[in-house]
Amino acid sequence: MDAPLHRLLVVDDSNVIRKRIERANELPEIEFVGSARNGREALELYSLLRPTLVTMDLTMPEMDGAECVSKLVQRDPGIRILVISALADKLTAIDALEKGASGFLCKPFTDRQLNDALRKLIGAES
Amino acid sequence: MTLETEVGVFVSGVLNYFGTTVQQAAQCGTPHLALGERPEMSDYTGVIQVSGKRTGLVAFTAPKSMLSVMLMRMQETDMSHENLCDLVGEIANTLSGNARRDFGHQFQISVPEVVSGRGGTLAYPAQGRPIVIPIEWRNYHARLIVCLQ
Repeated sequence: MDAPLHRLLVVDDSNVIRKRIERANELPEIEFVGSARNGREALELYSLLRPTLVTMDLTMPEMDGAECVSKLVQRDPGIRILVISALADKLTAIDALEKGASGFLCKPFTDRQLNDALRKLIGAES
Repeated sequence: MTLETEVGVFVSGVLNYFGTTVQQAAQCGTPHLALGERPEMSDYTGVIQVSGKRTGLVAFTAPKSMLSVMLMRMQETDMSHENLCDLVGEIANTLSGNARRDFGHQFQISVPEVVSGRGGTLAYPAQGRPIVIPIEWRNYHARLIVCLQ
């Protein structure tokens, strides 16, 4: 089997959600490489793990997701970030995309919705 | 928005949350004002402080047994106190965050705080009148408490 092409970092302050995203990913092209509890941890782990994909919560302590998206994109303009947030208003989604996120998935989500969003993120056919 | 519409936003959020996350429908009972007494709190309560155009709080309170079954339905095997706190906070966060679709961008929400143990009280706004939305799921009983000024 071919090695995964994409390295996934999951960022969310909820342990339950982090593990759920890790478990739900069923795309062989995506390898889970680590998880972070807030934006500050995500930046630290980025240097160590060099993820190519990130799922990013927005409302988190210490450093929120919007700030972390901006900083990750500054460091790596090619990184693909899927924001996964409960903040369901359009302005929040637009703001995340303007900061450099590649997609937005609203919580709550099903496993299928998550995989569809990840598939779109890597540009794979369903 | 009228009070009825506002309550409807949260009822829709609850139904969507259970239908999506644990894929088993919940039912909401008749919402009511908690007049003269503080709403009863269950084993675990997730609390979100609201600021911006509206101020107050949104709290989801549920028994340990219900949260444990919800974790199982999410394929989670760790039923520790930490994970139960995590889940109840995440539910409160999701229901509050989803409400921004209708309340707008100025409906600012905090990160969740979690209170464990029955008999606690929440710091309600002085002029706020808590509205209690009863939730029934698989014979378990939870409540969503919304108190906004």
